[in-house]
Amino acid sequence: MTAEATLEPRELSYAGAIFEAMDIALERDERVVLMGEDIGVYGGAFQVTGDLIHKYGPERVIDTPISELGGAGVAVGAALTGLRPIFEFQFSDFAALAMEQIVNQAAKLRFMLGGAVSVPVVMRFPAGSGTGAAAQHSQSIEAWLGHVPGLKVVQPSTPEDAKGLLLAALEDPDPVMIFEHKLLYKSKGAVPEGHYTTPVGRAAVRRTGKDLTIVATSLMVHKALAAASELADDGIDAEVIDLRTVRPMDRATVLESVRNTGRLLCVYEGVKTLGVGAEVSAMVAESDAFDFLDAPILRLGGAESPIPYSPELEKAVVPQVAGIVAAGRDLAEGRR
Amino acid sequence: MPETNIPYAIRAYGPDELREALKKMHLIRKFEEGAEECYIRGLIHGTMHLSIGQEASAVGSCISLSDDDMITSTHRGHGHCIAKNADVGRMFAEFFGKETGYCRGRGGSMHIADFQKGNLGANGIVGGGLPLAVGAALSAKRLGTGAVAVCFFGDGANNEGAFHEALNMAAIWKLPVVFVCENNKYGMSTSTERSTAVRQISDRAAAYAMPGLTVDGNDFSAVAEAVDSAVARARDGGGPSLVENLTYRWRGHSKSDRNRYRTRKEVAEWVERDPIRQTAELLVAHRVMDEAEAASVEAEAATAVAEAIEFAASSPAPKPHEATRYVYTEEALA
Repeated sequence: MTAEATLEPRELSYAGAIFEAMDIALERDERVVLMGEDIGVYGGAFQVTGDLIHKYGPERVIDTPISELGGAGVAVGAALTGLRPIFEFQFSDFAALAMEQIVNQAAKLRFMLGGAVSVPVVMRFPAGSGTGAAAQHSQSIEAWLGHVPGLKVVQPSTPEDAKGLLLAALEDPDPVMIFEHKLLYKSKGAVPEGHYTTPVGRAAVRRTGKDLTIVATSLMVHKALAAASELADDGIDAEVIDLRTVRPMDRATVLESVRNTGRLLCVYEGVKTLGVGAEVSAMVAESDAFDFLDAPILRLGGAESPIPYSPELEKAVVPQVAGIVAAGRDLAEGRR
Repeated sequence: MPETNIPYAIRAYGPDELREALKKMHLIRKFEEGAEECYIRGLIHGTMHLSIGQEASAVGSCISLSDDDMITSTHRGHGHCIAKNADVGRMFAEFFGKETGYCRGRGGSMHIADFQKGNLGANGIVGGGLPLAVGAALSAKRLGTGAVAVCFFGDGANNEGAFHEALNMAAIWKLPVVFVCENNKYGMSTSTERSTAVRQISDRAAAYAMPGLTVDGNDFSAVAEAVDSAVARARDGGGPSLVENLTYRWRGHSKSDRNRYRTRKEVAEWVERDPIRQTAELLVAHRVMDEAEAASVEAEAATAVAEAIEFAASSPAPKPHEATRYVYTEEALA
């Protein structure tokens, strides 16, 4: 965290922290505009933009038609030509409609033009399951975008980081994709006042431990922390790393932890195969930290299926605390 | 001759501007003929999309634009680059994949851009530039620069969703953008008759409550008149327009085209309507220049292209260890 924020932290919700970041950004920088579907008087599908339109007007808080491809492309074009747009998708799933502009344009323009331009666009994606919204409104697609050189992909898990990473994204010259877990919007936490940034590309150690490293993302950080408390009751001391940024990944923090604990468990909500945890595992396996491993690497990820509707089924396809505890215990007690 | 019978371009532009326009059209033609020859000689790899036969559309559409005005272009974009004052040496160097090219050899023919001249770039994705142009117009309006964005696209792009989304947003926000459709009758092999429900692509302007006009895209003066008027309207806050330039590419879609979908007769008829010859004749008829001067304009273009090829051929290639540079602005991340 940079030093400009001075006052004592107070409690804010995750959504409130993002709102505050956008309010600060709009206030500080005339070039900042918000774009997205129903972000104006409606206040956003998840009420994150709130009443910003009343403070900054419809010229800066711009309701787009339901045109994800076009809207994202307008944001990219505006970023290329002097504005600092923050484009909100209603659901991260709708990125599928805009992949052309995200992947072929935003991510590649700088490279294709030999470094002649930067594309300082920020996109926000409400993501994840647990809301009963079924398969087209519940995905965790950060690995899709994390696979694209030219993009930066972050997944804040706390209100403090949600604000700090958004403000960092706005200062970043390159396109930053922010995945916000919908179940976190109402979660509360200490948030510094004023302007500060949380660095993109830096993981956070949320709990130190010596027996086992759990690398988790987004909502899974909280489940991993709950699991770590239970494991502690059994005398297993788990370290929990909040990856925070998927691309570029914080290699140093992860490897250092694994060297210390000798055990690695990855927990992520996206589909397990070819997901974020697969990359973390490979990163460790390819490094000198591999020599420190006392057990095979384990991954807990989303099931190999779309997200189902029924609450019982929906819970069954993503990692839960009990599963993380069981996997941690297996790893620490040498059953794997 | 009564003023109204004098073609628009002659009335609107001075001799120097018209000479420059003719020279740019020759530069485009010679550039692409040179590119083709270099390809045949094995000096260029990859593919290319030539716009030979469409030169009046590119130059006529850009003649009123300043360097502050912006364009977005297409995979068939060499003409737009030259019309927007690109340096043919750096263009050829890009074609050759050299470090001295516009994109340091990273982009090639389909990605030449020149932000200093307001050229936001060619684009390898059909319809890719349409939302970008609307974004550029949003910036111009929001930042109050007074600039206009001219968005080139082909007939093929008019059936992409991006076209419809972009035109709609430009219209509801009344943005300073002019959509210029270069209708060369075929999206690769598929004719507009087979691909497009409306008779004229400009008919689609009505769906987005903007003016739509179809002109002879091989008539330099007609193109300039239509686009200038749309640019003026955009600059005055009147919002977007759609101009359709009917034209024809003499060559195939790309190097792999075996030309099975058009007749020789059809191609020959369009070659008869050579936009460069017609422009030269227009300028001579209205005493902007004599025939000797017209010939010397062509010779200047030929010399410039020969020098450009020489520059490109003698330029250094990018270094393999720098293959992943320019992915991020802070390069430590790459």
